[in-house]
Amino acid sequence: MEINEKIAIDHGLKKDEFKKICELLKRTPNITELGIFSAMWNEHCSYKSSRLHLKKLPTKGKRVIQGPGENAGVIDIDDGDAIVFKIESHNHPSFIEPYQGAATGVGGIMRDVFTMGARPIANLNSIHFGSPQNKKTKNLLRGVVHGIGGYGNCMGIPTVAGQTSFDSSYNGNILVNAMTLGLVKKDKIFYSKAAGLDKPVIYVGSKTGRDGIHGASMASASFDEKIEEKKPTVQVGDPFTEKLLLEACLELMSGDSVIAIQDMGAAGLTSSSIEMASKGNLGIEINLNKVPCRESKMTPYEIMLSESQERMLIVLENGKEDLAKKIFDKWNLDFAIIGKTTNTKNIELYFDNKQVAKIPINTLVENSPMYDRKWKKTKLPKKNKIKKETLTKLNIKDLLKKILSHPNISSKEWIWQQYDHTVMGDTIQKPGGDSGVVRVHGTNKAVATTVDSSAVYCWAHPLTGGKQVVCESWRNLISVGATPIAITNCLNFGSPENEDNMGEFVECVEGIREACEYLKFPVVSGNVSFYNQTKEVGIKPTPAIGGVGLIKDYNQMITMDFKEINNLVLIIGKTEGHLDQSLFARSILDEKNGPPPEINLFNEKNNGETLLQLIDNNLIKSAHDISLGGIATAISKMCIKSNKGFEFNKMNHLMSEIEYLFSEDQGRYIIEINPKNFKKVTEILEKNSVHFDELGKIIDNFMIVNQMTKVTIDELKSYNKNWLDNYMSS
Amino acid sequence: MKSSVITFPGSNCDRDMDVALKKFGFNNQMVWHNDNELPKGDLVILPGGFSYGDYLRCGSVASKSKIMKSVIDFANSGGLVMGICNGFQILVETGLVPGVLLRNKYLEFICKNVFVKIDNKDNPYFKNLDKEVLELHIAHNEGNYFCTNDQLKEIEDNNQIAIYYSNEKGQTYEKDNPNGSTKNIAGIFNKRKNVLGMMPHPERMIDKYLSGEDGSLFFKNLIKNIK
Repeated sequence: MEINEKIAIDHGLKKDEFKKICELLKRTPNITELGIFSAMWNEHCSYKSSRLHLKKLPTKGKRVIQGPGENAGVIDIDDGDAIVFKIESHNHPSFIEPYQGAATGVGGIMRDVFTMGARPIANLNSIHFGSPQNKKTKNLLRGVVHGIGGYGNCMGIPTVAGQTSFDSSYNGNILVNAMTLGLVKKDKIFYSKAAGLDKPVIYVGSKTGRDGIHGASMASASFDEKIEEKKPTVQVGDPFTEKLLLEACLELMSGDSVIAIQDMGAAGLTSSSIEMASKGNLGIEINLNKVPCRESKMTPYEIMLSESQERMLIVLENGKEDLAKKIFDKWNLDFAIIGKTTNTKNIELYFDNKQVAKIPINTLVENSPMYDRKWKKTKLPKKNKIKKETLTKLNIKDLLKKILSHPNISSKEWIWQQYDHTVMGDTIQKPGGDSGVVRVHGTNKAVATTVDSSAVYCWAHPLTGGKQVVCESWRNLISVGATPIAITNCLNFGSPENEDNMGEFVECVEGIREACEYLKFPVVSGNVSFYNQTKEVGIKPTPAIGGVGLIKDYNQMITMDFKEINNLVLIIGKTEGHLDQSLFARSILDEKNGPPPEINLFNEKNNGETLLQLIDNNLIKSAHDISLGGIATAISKMCIKSNKGFEFNKMNHLMSEIEYLFSEDQGRYIIEINPKNFKKVTEILEKNSVHFDELGKIIDNFMIVNQMTKVTIDELKSYNKNWLDNYMSS
Repeated sequence: MKSSVITFPGSNCDRDMDVALKKFGFNNQMVWHNDNELPKGDLVILPGGFSYGDYLRCGSVASKSKIMKSVIDFANSGGLVMGICNGFQILVETGLVPGVLLRNKYLEFICKNVFVKIDNKDNPYFKNLDKEVLELHIAHNEGNYFCTNDQLKEIEDNNQIAIYYSNEKGQTYEKDNPNGSTKNIAGIFNKRKNVLGMMPHPERMIDKYLSGEDGSLFFKNLIKNIK
């Protein structure tokens, strides 16, 4: 077949990219080579629009063992233990085929983690759907939840936290971001860098089939009406095989046979072989006839581009082949020696005794395109003037009902009850709290983890939004008594070729950078997903941040349920009454303009660190950060979780009661303390110049907001619990 | 007290069970599905998970694996065999306990705490337990116990029902039935009461930081009964 510009364009390459390929090769590529270039140079694999900006993120810290660039990031949690973690998107396939798309997203991220030698100990997910009224939403939600559960439950890894939101901007492009944490000994971490010549290259796991061909290219393009035709590009998952692969790989890695290991994720055999060789500054030679295939007559092109799941590529020490084969035989997995490392710095492929591709590896990696895309700055919107009369007309009980049953606030129990969150016997904080917490097996330590995003804030002002998401992650970790260590990010945006979308990306990244740098909360891994766009309409910018923190002694872990009647409740951080972009303003007043709440990084850090100091001194009974829905929502949730009531003190602020209850000012936490510790607590707060308010006290059975407003806990529960249950069964 | 936990390909509660057994004083050994012989011992456990990926039917492939021949012999000779969750599914596939486990009524995986009422204490598993109702944890997709009317009559006549899904007070209403099981059945014995299959996971309830501690009561009592 004669390769020309049109075929290159059909592969998702641009005209000038095809020209560059021909120049680099000094000839026209054949079809297999073109396929390889298109797989390596697409947005998903090459980060060509984002690389320039991602470089600015802080990636180092005293606990960082491995930053971005590997299969996952690694942080030190003392005593020779390390946590390996990463988040990844599987948005495009999940919209086309929700069950398999979501399932293979979960499978892929777990492989990234155990590739490094770590046993996965916790899964999380951040999933975003179109408006509940959109006719596709319900089935997509059901399919995604079944897919996530189907894969994670079978693997026996608990799903301990997550986030679900609904917004019409996701009507044509849902988001499915999956995150995994794994535990490894610091001296047993495996990397993807090949080393040494003539080392055997081993293929293990499932056989290669025709599924998922061009999956990564599909994820690098916008959707249009022909979307259904793309179904064959979605991979099919088999969690049982992955469970076997996990056990077999960990068994092999407990010895000293493995030089380098890389999972076959996006762009399958192509990207895994090229990445290992590239990092080791080596060449690689593969005999494609040796690759275990599921279907007959697969061509070199198909074998190289298949995204069949549950496969790994390993560079072994010489002479360890038999030992390795024995382990994979025990677990009934395919094992094949398919090639070797070379000193040519080329990837050379053979099929039926003929060379079918020869490409210098640097042309695929270092010489891949990098773009400085045009982008537009977003101005900080003007504040809205909400009339006092509008607010005083509203009934607080009515508002509580509306806010607590709002799709984005309502209880997500219907979702997380379908995820096994207790397997492995170390989950000590389940979904539904500020962070999921799992113990480090057999120790007094625990790891807290959370995943967050605030698309509305990012849409209104990307710079502030980017900062806010990082701060929210930081707060969620602190609220359970964990010291925040590092984050992973999944940056979900529209088309980078659109100046507005690109601007959102650039400024969100800048916000993330500022916050991470200030809070010393580095980014150790991540993923970018562009082209979340159908025709001309992109999603709201949705960077999802996955945070990880350490609890040194889990006896000191904090939960958000109120503990004891008559205990006092304070608010740390100042309430200014900022309503713009709050859930209240958007859903009750239908006011969509205005700036998001401001982020003050000094206060954020100071408030958080002071709360950790209070927790260290055993002065905190329960804590919860204040976010979407403001104080009223936060207190309601604490009541619901504990079956206890709350009485607000008489409010004596300049702002209206509604501004006080529903505003979303940042950097705030609710804390419960024993009255006898009031002096000790307030002294510490004052010493650290932390603003606090006395909010009220814990009582039985009722939430009493003021003389007019008294709500039973059962009422609060029904407001909060029923929406999703009813929606899914209607 | 010696126990064995069998690991099948796809088992994923085998380690949790090992941790629990050791915590309460068992000398436990892990046994690979492809072994021929069971080590000598007092108790064999088929753990939870997705043996063979639940392919064909949950538990059906595992019930035919090599080690199961000696597990079945051990059970038939009166040895204690307990199947939890996927282990229960394997037990029904072997025919050691009657009935089948169907897909949950609402077609969804369920992971949550439940209460179970102990029906029968005249057996080595629940004898001397000083509670009538336990709070345990379930996590399954196929726990909907079903048997024919004739089987049910026989099971009831022989007092083979071990535990029912119930409320906190031990009342067995339909609303306390999480998965549609016939008569709220959560666990069942063979005729001799040396083989127990149940859906709830006692091994997930063994310290105050987990979902609860009633699993501890169960294991403490079990080891006393075996001694």
